Amino acid sequence: MNAADFAYLADLLKRRAGFHLSPNKTHLATSRLAPVARRYGFRKTDELFAELRDAPEDLARAVTDAMMINESSFFRDKSCFDHFRGVILPSLLSARAASRRLRIWCAAASTGQEAYSLAMILDEAKIAKDWRIDLIASDISGFAIARAVEGRYSQYEVQRGLPAQTLVRYFAQDGDQWRISERIRRMVNFRTFNLLDSYGWLGEVDVIYCRNAFLYFEPLAKRACLKAFASVLAPDGYLALGASETMEGASTAFVPDDASVRGVYRKARHAIRPIALAS
Amino acid sequence: MKHCLVVDESRVIRKVVCHLLEEMKFYAEEAAESASALETCRAQMPDVVLVNLGNAGNMELVRAIRRNASAKRPVIIGTMTEHDVGHIREALSAGADDYVLKPFDGDSLKEKFAQTGLM
Repeated sequence: MNAADFAYLADLLKRRAGFHLSPNKTHLATSRLAPVARRYGFRKTDELFAELRDAPEDLARAVTDAMMINESSFFRDKSCFDHFRGVILPSLLSARAASRRLRIWCAAASTGQEAYSLAMILDEAKIAKDWRIDLIASDISGFAIARAVEGRYSQYEVQRGLPAQTLVRYFAQDGDQWRISERIRRMVNFRTFNLLDSYGWLGEVDVIYCRNAFLYFEPLAKRACLKAFASVLAPDGYLALGASETMEGASTAFVPDDASVRGVYRKARHAIRPIALAS
Repeated sequence: MKHCLVVDESRVIRKVVCHLLEEMKFYAEEAAESASALETCRAQMPDVVLVNLGNAGNMELVRAIRRNASAKRPVIIGTMTEHDVGHIREALSAGADDYVLKPFDGDSLKEKFAQTGLM
């Protein structure tokens, strides 16, 4: 891949996904784009780039999709999920006792492991039947979401992070693949969504999980997303980022929930809009 | 320092795993078969037993450790070559806490230990 094509790719990813492609990633780009080129009938990636500059939407989407990092695992960073089970969920169940409604959004759901981890915790919590719980999971990558909906994982993927008891309770073995139970699958609503697009479809949510996506974001895109998160998150809601991600220089709307659990935030007092009183 | 007992009939596997455990700052002991493993457990119950469950006789070792009324309840992790749900269920009902697929490296061992609260 030549320098001009690589620069074009970096710009495309920045515009479309707020994604920061570091300059040393030429090799990664070549290996990720070769299958896309083949799928579209190009013999080489430079032919793909010539076509891409004419900006057909579906090709640009396929290229963006192929460049995303879909690394995920069940209960990744265990402490964050322990915190959900032990603190976030009980506090929201009590705060929402009147409406009996809870809305949780996995904003960078990748291939589904994180959303299903939350779904299994919700299932184990045996929340009374008259609660309405929306578990929404989105990702920019249509490929990742298609896999998530399918709910099939390799033995390598289920080995990572899943306790054996949880595996035998919620998964059925199918050859060397493991499929998550229909009941858990039905708890999650998956959709493709670019975090830079409009959040109008979403409505207010009580919990946002957006873990390890901002690691690859341009600073401005991260700032814009956190601003949007603050506007859709309930005043007493929770936001979970990856353990190594911080708010530094990106947002003042959130404060750490518990110093011992990295990555979990609540809204800062000044970011909570006063409730308009009916006159 | 936490104490781990490695039970596997293969000398090479015992050696490799003990080396990984020492790197993880565990005190590692080894046993080639279940009788000597049980003896070690009776002398001093380890914090964790990493036992090859590909060997059918070792399933009985897991049951025997769980029957032992020692005040300390060790974490038992089975090692397996076949990823089979029936086998995993059998291990869990015998009293194992979790399993790890062979071959495994230091990272997957650490992950499993963290998950079972050992690290």
